[in-house]
Amino acid sequence: MMFDAVARNLPFLMGGFLVTLQLTFWALAGGIALGIMVGLGRISRSKWIYQPVTVYVNFVRNMPLILVIFWFYFVMPIFAGRPLNPFLSAVISFIIFEATYFGEIFRAGYQSISRDLIHAAYSTGLTYSQTARYILIPLAFRRMLPSLITQSIVTFQDTSLAFVIGVQEFVRRTSIVDNLEVRSIQLFGFVAIVFFVFCFIGSKISLHFEGKARKSGIL
Amino acid sequence: MGMNYTFDWGVLWRQPYGIWLLQGIWLTLKIGFIAWIIALFLGIMIGTLRVTPWRWLRFVATAYTELFRNIPFLVQLFFWYYAGPMIFGEHIGREINQILGLNYYVSIFALGLYTASRVAEHMRAGFASINKEQYQAVLSTGMTYYQMYRYVIIPYALRIIIPPITTEFLTIFKNSSIAMTIGVAELTFMSYRIDAETFHGLEATTGAMLIYLLLGLTVVRLMGIIEAKFKIPGMIGRQ
Repeated sequence: MMFDAVARNLPFLMGGFLVTLQLTFWALAGGIALGIMVGLGRISRSKWIYQPVTVYVNFVRNMPLILVIFWFYFVMPIFAGRPLNPFLSAVISFIIFEATYFGEIFRAGYQSISRDLIHAAYSTGLTYSQTARYILIPLAFRRMLPSLITQSIVTFQDTSLAFVIGVQEFVRRTSIVDNLEVRSIQLFGFVAIVFFVFCFIGSKISLHFEGKARKSGIL
Repeated sequence: MGMNYTFDWGVLWRQPYGIWLLQGIWLTLKIGFIAWIIALFLGIMIGTLRVTPWRWLRFVATAYTELFRNIPFLVQLFFWYYAGPMIFGEHIGREINQILGLNYYVSIFALGLYTASRVAEHMRAGFASINKEQYQAVLSTGMTYYQMYRYVIIPYALRIIIPPITTEFLTIFKNSSIAMTIGVAELTFMSYRIDAETFHGLEATTGAMLIYLLLGLTVVRLMGIIEAKFKIPGMIGRQ
């Protein structure tokens, strides 16, 4: 049997994949929400907002994610007064980290809206909220969508690094099984295939929206 | 504040911890640089194959980039380290596992292959931004296909992709930290090791962060100089 060790441990491995999906969900929900605000901060005219946000973005983007995960894992107990559970600690690290990447996507999206377009919308008699609701937000969203999907795939892959603080996600569970079964080729091959299928489909979806945006001339 | 935590920044320079950090920096730089050379060579080659007229070569190059981009680097590293030697069979596999510093070599190899796929992707985008008429203009001067790529198209594309390549060069040092998961004692590993010994991981990782920041700023400064020297007027407009 080619995948006998995978088959024997499938429920355990898939449980790990479920944890990976949960990590991804929270990392995306938090990362995108914070990213929207980071993006706004990066185009703010007030230097009291712009400067600190820019320092935060530039600092974090120079850091390896693994180090950020460790740092939060060490700093959390000091504030909480007790060791934090690794899952929560990992999620917080991912949110802080991915928000800087999502923030830059949102900043580019906001900045892609031209003043002329806003004025043109006003001149047709639309109010400010109508302009935002019917023109600016849908337009910026369609422009940003391909990058947002790509960054979501990156985030999905990044969650594997929760491994280092012992979160029992997909890779951690695979390596646990491998320690018992010593079937590295099929076990890590299996993880690679599962990640590949999801990320490949995701990248094709991103390309699809990019092509669509290009065709309608908004990219 | 919850726990009574007393900061001890001395772990950043007290021996043996100070030496550990320096050794970690040295290894991070070594892994990053050597893997970068592999990534550049392989990435430029694969990126070029993706725009050649031969369908099969294009397919192989595309398959390579898709495969390496869509699997987390941690999984790739584990695959090469734990499963890689076994591909050659049980017997030879065991021999390979005896090699001293195998984890170090594997991390360079894996990081090189992974980053190559990213370099290739930038290369393809660089080619795509070159006008199709330029190809015809070059060919009409009597150059062969090979000469066109060698003397015009590749140097041209290389200069266009300097900014994204800078980012990639920064990323390779950041990604080298993942080598710690197979026991390579680079910078992140060392800051974690200091925690294991002193319980002052917060200071150690904060110190490591500042070192990575310094490294990043240096790379940006360096590449800024290279970028200014090689930029094609009007093609890359980054200030």
